Amino acid sequence: MAKKQYAFYPGCSSQKKASADNFLRSIDKVCEKLDVQLNEIPDWNCCGASIGYGEGGELPRLVLSARNLALAEQNMPGQDMVSVCPACWLASRETAERMHESQSLLAEANEALKEAGLNLKGEVKARHFVEVLIEDLGWDAMKAPVVKPLEGLKVAGYVGCQTNRPFGIAGESFENPKYLDKMVETMGAEPLTRYEQKVTCCGGALAFSEPEKAQKQIRDIVESAYDHGADMIVTPCQLCQANVEIYQSEINKKQGTKLNLPVVYYSQLMTVAYGGSAKEAGLDGQLIKAEKLEGIASK
Amino acid sequence: MSDMNTQAVARYRNNFLKEVEERVEDGHWVRMCMQCGVCAGSCPLGPHWEHSPQKIFMMIRAGKREEVLTSDAMWMCTSCYNCIVRCPRKLPITHIMHGLAHYSHRLGLAPKGQPTREIAKLFWDSLVKTGRVNELKFSLAMYFKDGFGQGIKNAMAMQGVGLGLVKAGRLNPMEILGGHACKDKGGIQKMIAKAQEIENRKKGLTA
Repeated sequence: MAKKQYAFYPGCSSQKKASADNFLRSIDKVCEKLDVQLNEIPDWNCCGASIGYGEGGELPRLVLSARNLALAEQNMPGQDMVSVCPACWLASRETAERMHESQSLLAEANEALKEAGLNLKGEVKARHFVEVLIEDLGWDAMKAPVVKPLEGLKVAGYVGCQTNRPFGIAGESFENPKYLDKMVETMGAEPLTRYEQKVTCCGGALAFSEPEKAQKQIRDIVESAYDHGADMIVTPCQLCQANVEIYQSEINKKQGTKLNLPVVYYSQLMTVAYGGSAKEAGLDGQLIKAEKLEGIASK
Repeated sequence: MSDMNTQAVARYRNNFLKEVEERVEDGHWVRMCMQCGVCAGSCPLGPHWEHSPQKIFMMIRAGKREEVLTSDAMWMCTSCYNCIVRCPRKLPITHIMHGLAHYSHRLGLAPKGQPTREIAKLFWDSLVKTGRVNELKFSLAMYFKDGFGQGIKNAMAMQGVGLGLVKAGRLNPMEILGGHACKDKGGIQKMIAKAQEIENRKKGLTA
């Protein structure tokens, strides 16, 4: 089977030695096993994320994504743009859809893009890597490379916000999306399907500016996973991962709790199930060690 | 008060709804709100803001310009998009709240020292400088936003987390010397400036 090719938009957090460096290593391994080729868009820029609106107006924000889309169109013609970061995906997809729908908005964006020597036709689609897995490859293909089913591992599937809203994965509900649990199950682990904090907000960027308010959200997300007997939390989102993992020690310090639950990415589960090492899965990047998963990887 | 604000007051007089419709992102949706309150009940930061989106929309229609534009409510948005997907009338509530935050910030009416307003500005500045956000410089700028002494205190309080990230290979101390950047940062800066110019022209905003 020919390799599936995509124009890849990694985003700021996935750069070398950035906060999701380990996530990207596991994505690389998953792609290798599933015969997917991600072609990095040359000279891509930041999408503006969910906090860009304060200083950046509507068009300045839209042109950030328009530039990435134009670079994808130009350098990887015919390939869909794929992001692994929900914020990157959200900004890119919103821009792609709006540019596709409105000729006048596209013309305005192109007037600005001309300053950077670019032009957008508005034909490229912006997709999430989870869509590639589910829609382009399918569940059987995802299961095929499993050589070490993650037996006995209890996993709370934490989808969070922006992978799920406002776009989400086609066919899934906003209140109770099921694909992450299904991915956990496909890798041979046990999904805790009654975990009720599945789509709760971790505080997002407000973890920086309003730490107490965000840490209340995070405490709920972690404690509920404990209540359901989870060995770990799994998520598709870089900011969810960082917030929910990093601030557990802060919450312990301030509130006397003893939170210490690993938070991993779906691709890290997949890498281990596909026979990859702990290092290939990026498990050396956890602040709270995912010991059970490392144990399976070294078996 | 900024010149831009004086100019806006003169232009729209008592018609704040019209001002929002013409100048705020997705502001033309405001009159579609039917005051059901689902947004208010869906917001994760519900207990913390001064006004719910539902209230803000009614206040806009009632012409309460100053109360709306000085409210801290828009700055409590985590961008979780709960309100958008639950709104029975499909109002893009998250976008409207972002738009109101941006507009109040540009007019100079947004609450001074509001922490999310401040980090939003630091984030944007970091991205405009190199085309990509430098997580280390952004974090440090945030710790030091209230002066050097407070910065050291903040940085010390978070040093365990920082060192943990460095050890895990997820934070590179060398980023302070430059770090990741786009090659065409000049082009990106010109592009953003042009986009701002077009937007100002379209919305009749003069600085």
